[in-house]
Amino acid sequence: MHIPDGFINLPVSLIFIALSALGVLACLKGARAQLDDKTAPLAGLVTVFIFAVQMINFPVAAGTSGHLLGGVLAAVLVGPYAATLSITIVLILQALLFADGGLTAVGLNLFNLSLVGVWGGYAIFLLARRFLPKKKSSIPIACLVAAFIQVPLAASGFVLQYAIGAESTIPVATVATAMISTHILIGIGEALITALTVSAVLASRSDLVFGWRQIAPQLKIGAKS
Amino acid sequence: MISTPISQINSYIAFFLLIFLVVALARLPILTVLRRSLIEIPFILFAFLMPFFGSGESYELLGLTFYREGLLAGGAIVAKGTLGVLGAIVLSGSTTARGILLGLERLKLPPLMVNIASFMLRYINVVTDEMERMRVARASRGFEPQGIRDWKILASAAATLFIRSYERGERVHLAMLSRGFNGQMPKMELHEHHPPLWFAFLLPVGALASASLDRWVF
Repeated sequence: MHIPDGFINLPVSLIFIALSALGVLACLKGARAQLDDKTAPLAGLVTVFIFAVQMINFPVAAGTSGHLLGGVLAAVLVGPYAATLSITIVLILQALLFADGGLTAVGLNLFNLSLVGVWGGYAIFLLARRFLPKKKSSIPIACLVAAFIQVPLAASGFVLQYAIGAESTIPVATVATAMISTHILIGIGEALITALTVSAVLASRSDLVFGWRQIAPQLKIGAKS
Repeated sequence: MISTPISQINSYIAFFLLIFLVVALARLPILTVLRRSLIEIPFILFAFLMPFFGSGESYELLGLTFYREGLLAGGAIVAKGTLGVLGAIVLSGSTTARGILLGLERLKLPPLMVNIASFMLRYINVVTDEMERMRVARASRGFEPQGIRDWKILASAAATLFIRSYERGERVHLAMLSRGFNGQMPKMELHEHHPPLWFAFLLPVGALASASLDRWVF
C-alpha cells in the first residue's frame, strides 16, 4: 500500500520526484561501478526476489498477517546501490501495473522507501556493525536493529511530506503519532524477519551477503610450515 | 486532473465518465477493474476520518460534527485517488508489459533501469513459480503457518529464494555472455496490433478539455 494520487499536493509531489530522480541517478552510477556488466541480469533477478518476497505472508495472530518491506534486507544482501535500484523498479512497476501508489506520487514513495528506507537503514546497519564484534553472528543482530529503525524512519519521511504538502485537515501531530506508533509495531516484525532471513543466507552462502563480505576474514590457503 | 480543485465538481463528474468510457472502449471487464481498485481502501478509510477534523464552517448530523473543510479535503482524496487508480488499471489492462517498458524507454528512463525492469518482468513468473513450489512442498509436509513461531521457517524459505534468484542471475549472465553479449541490450520492438492513435489521446485530451471548459466557460 503506497501513497495514491492527490494525497499530497502537486508542487510537493514534483519536488520529491526531482529529489528521488537525483538520488536514483547517483545510485545508478554507484551500482555500475560496483557490479559492471553483470548489473542488469543480477539486479533484475534481485528485483524479482524483492517483489516475490513481499508476497510471502507472515502470520501474526488471529488471522492477521504482514509482509516484508525489504529495504534493509536488500541493502545488506546486495549493497545499498543495487538495493535502491531494485526497490525503485519494484515501486515504479507497482504503480504502473498494479495501481499501487499514484503516478504523480511516485516521487514521494521512492523517497520514503528506496532512499530514506534503504540508505537510512544501511547507515544504521553500518553503525551497529561497528559496535559489534567482527563475527558472522553479529550481522543478523545489526540487521535486527537497522530493520527495526528503518520502518518508522520511512514513515517519518511520509510525515514530513504530509506536513509540507497535505491536502487534508487532520492535524500533522495526530498523523505523526499514528503513523510512527503503528510503524514501530511493523518495524518489530520487519526486524525479526530480516534478521532471520539474513542469518539463513549466511548459514549457506555467506559469500553472497554484501554486509558480511566486506568484513569477512580472508581465507588463507597453504601448507603449515 | 490531479491539480483540478475539488470545488469544480462538474470536472470530476466528467473525469469519471471519461475513465469509464475508456474502460468500455478498451473492452476491459468492469468487475476486474473494480476488484483491482480495492487496493485503495486504507487511504479511503483515512479520508473518511477527515470530516471530523478541521475548523470553520461545520454541520451537525446524528449528533456528530462534520467540518466543511474536512469534508471537501476527504472528498478530494477519495476522488483523486480513485481516478489515479482507475487510470493505472486502464494502462496496465490495455497495454502489455513490453509496451510499458518501451514507453519508459521513450520517456528517457536510463537504459540500465529499463534493462533491470525488463529482466524483472521476464523472470517474475519463474521466481513466483519457484516460490509457489516451495509453498506446496512445505504444505505437503504438513506445515501450516500460524504465528510468530513459524517465522523462522518462512524466513529460511525467503533466504533460499534469494540464493536461487541470485544464482539464476549469475547463470543468465553467463548464458548471455556465451551468446555474444557485449554490454548492450538489443533494441526492443513492439510487434502487436495497435489501436488507433487517437484512442491513446482520448483520456488526457478529454480530461484537459473538460477541466478548462468547466473553469472558463461555466
